[in-house]
Order: sequence, then C-alpha cells, then structure tokens
Amino acid sequence: MVSPRNTRRNTRCSPRRMYRAAPAILAVAAAVTAIATTLSAPALAQGSTAEELAKYRQMLAEGNPAELWEAAGEELWKKPAGPKNVSLEQCDLGKGPGVTKGAYAELPRYFKDTNKVMDLEQRLAYCRVTLQGLTQEEATKNPFSSQGKPSDIERLAAYLTGESRGVKMNVQLTHPEEKRVYALGQKMFFYRGGAYDFACATCHAVDGQRIRLQDLPNLLTSKGAEAAYTTWPAYRVSQGEVRTMQHRLYDCLRQQRFPEPAYGSDVITALTMFLAKNANGGTYDGPNMKR
Amino acid sequence: MNKLHTMALVAMVALSAAGTQALAQTAAKGTTKGANAKVTDADVRQMIESSFTSKGPATVEGVLNQDATQKACSQYPDRSKVPAAVAKKVEAAELKQVKYPADNNWIGDWKEGEKIAQNGRGMQFTDAVGGTNGGNCYACHQLTKAEISFGNIGPSLYQYGKLRGNSQEVVRYTWGKIWDSNAFSACSNMPRFGHKGILTEQQIRDVMALLLDPASPVNQ
Repeated sequence: MVSPRNTRRNTRCSPRRMYRAAPAILAVAAAVTAIATTLSAPALAQGSTAEELAKYRQMLAEGNPAELWEAAGEELWKKPAGPKNVSLEQCDLGKGPGVTKGAYAELPRYFKDTNKVMDLEQRLAYCRVTLQGLTQEEATKNPFSSQGKPSDIERLAAYLTGESRGVKMNVQLTHPEEKRVYALGQKMFFYRGGAYDFACATCHAVDGQRIRLQDLPNLLTSKGAEAAYTTWPAYRVSQGEVRTMQHRLYDCLRQQRFPEPAYGSDVITALTMFLAKNANGGTYDGPNMKR
Repeated sequence: MNKLHTMALVAMVALSAAGTQALAQTAAKGTTKGANAKVTDADVRQMIESSFTSKGPATVEGVLNQDATQKACSQYPDRSKVPAAVAKKVEAAELKQVKYPADNNWIGDWKEGEKIAQNGRGMQFTDAVGGTNGGNCYACHQLTKAEISFGNIGPSLYQYGKLRGNSQEVVRYTWGKIWDSNAFSACSNMPRFGHKGILTEQQIRDVMALLLDPASPVNQ
C-alpha cells in the first residue's frame, strides 16, 4: 500500500520545497512534544503507549519532522566538502558508486575494498575519508547531536535510510564474513555480563513484555525484529532529534549496564547485522517517529 | 567468587554441548536460519575488548570476566530450557553467596523502600562511581495499586506480604531472593542486588519493608 507520505515524497522536486514546509512541520512537532509531556501523566498513561503513538503518527502523516533531517542530509551528501572538496555522491554503499536507492535495506554487508562487513554509518565514514579526505577522527566526530550541536552524521543517515523507504529488507549472509558477523551478533545478543547480569535477550526475547509502560519488541521473531528495525532512525519526540540505529544500540547498552561502546565499533555492527537479518522481508519505513 | 563454584559451573557448561544447541534452537524459532558460522568465546572477547571503553561504574572487565553463572546462563537464553541439573547447581552455588543480616535486623522503612523501588538510576556508564543506586523494581514488577506505570517482566508483587504472611521462612526467602535471585531461580532476569553490590544492606531492609510491612501500600 502506498501511504500519503510516500506519494508526497515521490512527487517532491527539491530539498528547497521541504524547507518551505518547515514552519508547519515544526509547529506540529511542538504540538506533539506538548502532547508527549501530558501523556506522561498517570491518567493518560493507562492506554497503551503503542496506541498513543499510532495517534501521533496519524496526526503527523503529513509531516514527520525527520523530513527536515532527510533534506539537510541530502544537501550534505551532494555538497562538495573536505580537503578534497568533493561530494559523497560517488560513495559505494554496496550497490555501486552513487546508488543510494535501496542500499540501506541491504546493509550491513561485506565490502571487498575494506575486506570487512560494514553497517551504514561505518561505510559513510569510510566514504568521507576516502572521497573527501577527512581523517577517520573527523569523519566520526559528533555522531549524536546534543543541545546546540547538530550532527551531520544523523542528517546524512536520515537521508540515506530514507532512500530505502518502501523497500523490503534484504540482508544477505552469502560471504563467510557476513555469516561470521551475524553469528557474533547472535552470541552477543545472549551474552550476559556486567553489574546487572543483563543480555539483550533479558528484555527482547519474549512477546508482550514491558519496562514500566514501554513495550519491548521480541527481536527473535520476524514480527518483532521487523517492527523495530524498519522504524529506525526515528524522530524522537521526547528528544526533538532524529536518532540512528547506532544511537539506539548505544543507549540500549547503557541501560544494560555495559560499558560505553565506541561509535562505529564492531559490536554495534554485529548486533545490527543480527537484527537487520532477522527483519528481512519487512518493508523499510524510516526515518520514522517515536516517543 | 569462590573457586569451587567456578570450577563446578565451568565443568557443567563444558559438559552440556546442549549449550550451543540451546542457542541454535532459539534462533531457529525466529527467522534466523542460515548462519552456520562458528564463532568462539575468544572471538566474542576480542570484539568486546575492541569495542567498549570503561566509563564510570560500567567497566570492560565487568563484562569480559563473566562469572560462572553469567557464563552458564548465556548458553540458555530461554530460562525454561535450562536443564534441571544445571539449574540445580547454579542455585546451590548462588545460595551459598547470600549474606543474611548479621544483626538479625531484616525490616526497614517501607517509605524508603518505595523510593528505592521507583529509582532506576545507577551503574550506567553515565552515572558517577560510588553513587547511590536504585532498585528500579517498578521497571519489571507491579507493587502498589497507586503506581500504574509498572513493567511485566517479573511477576506482580502486589499484596506480597498480605498473601504470604511474615513468618521467618518468608522473611528469609525474600531477603535471599533480593540478595541473589539466581539462588532460587537459575538464570533469573532479575539482578543479584546484594551479591553484585547494587543495593546496600540497609536499602534491602527498606525494600523488605515495602514488601512485607503490613502498613506498606503493597499490602493494602
């Protein structure tokens, strides 16, 4: 089924149009934040969080603030930058240099030129280094925005993931390295450690579970993995930012009482591989919107 | 951690080739068939070492150096599939680690207990070292009627004391369960609050009061 949002995207001609829509979108975003605040009051919290979120989504069907990130990311992608003053347009995300459509739905994947399985953001950093001449440190700087410090990486990720909207997840385990990284992710998913003895599986291996009122997806089922994986990155209403899969896993590991994972580290790619493969067949629908 | 315990559990894990089988079973339940690559514990160790940095109270060593129970339970992500013999050994070893209050003072102040049950802070890499940790009981359990924002990973504890009374047996069991959940239920999802130093003895007394004091809102 084609949603109104998809139709609008397909007919949109330039990022500039998006900016004209910005005040309207921001007004809706403000309204949603206000609702989110009231929603935390106990009386309203009784309804399922999922139901309330479905209402937001409907209300915002004509304008997820994430579209602003997508548009800004598209501009960053196409603008010459870095010491070499070239754009990222010739970046090979796995489907050949310059192909962005549908690339995210097949990531993570093995790349011959690095002899490594990479997720979107590792690959993005690689392209910024090789094409634009940034150092690895510069290419991975400020991956998660904070107050007054907007992140280019979040914007680029929003654009690139948006290029797979409506595409079926199709992550392959053909190369031995892809199989190995998947197996590592699977092992990590069940690995218990730290002060609380938690594994990912502690919260994400059973249907119908909640932390407080927050529903937890069962990431071992295709239904749960699809619902979770195909909706990141997402505009977080509570944070007013678009958060990526890297950020989602970073924050999960924090709550798991594990130490701090490095941005773009192999543990994140391995877990992403495990989740993305489990979500195969689901239609990608990000950047989405969440609480 | 006592050496005997470690040895017993390591032997057990080695003994049960079913460990890997258990993992495979869980994966097959989902859509995860197709990954036949073998990865070893050393591979996982290397990935953890290269990916994480110790920060605040969350250390790389704390994740790398799994104790015997963490190691055993990583093989059986589905608690209902832990072989009875393995479960029995985990429980026996963990039970030995429970420290009961030396001064025979078991019950504190339920009002403080309620604060601890509400507080989800502590032991994250964003927290300070040596800060006061919460118990975060409501994340997983229903406790009082008034708090409707509760999770369901653990059973409801509403009217915990009213239903069980406060015999010495109940009091002792409850203390032990909070101190080391795995002593009574191998591979429990619940943290071992006393054994891992998450809550202090006094905090556990206060949580005990929340559960057992007839005046506590849990028992209304």
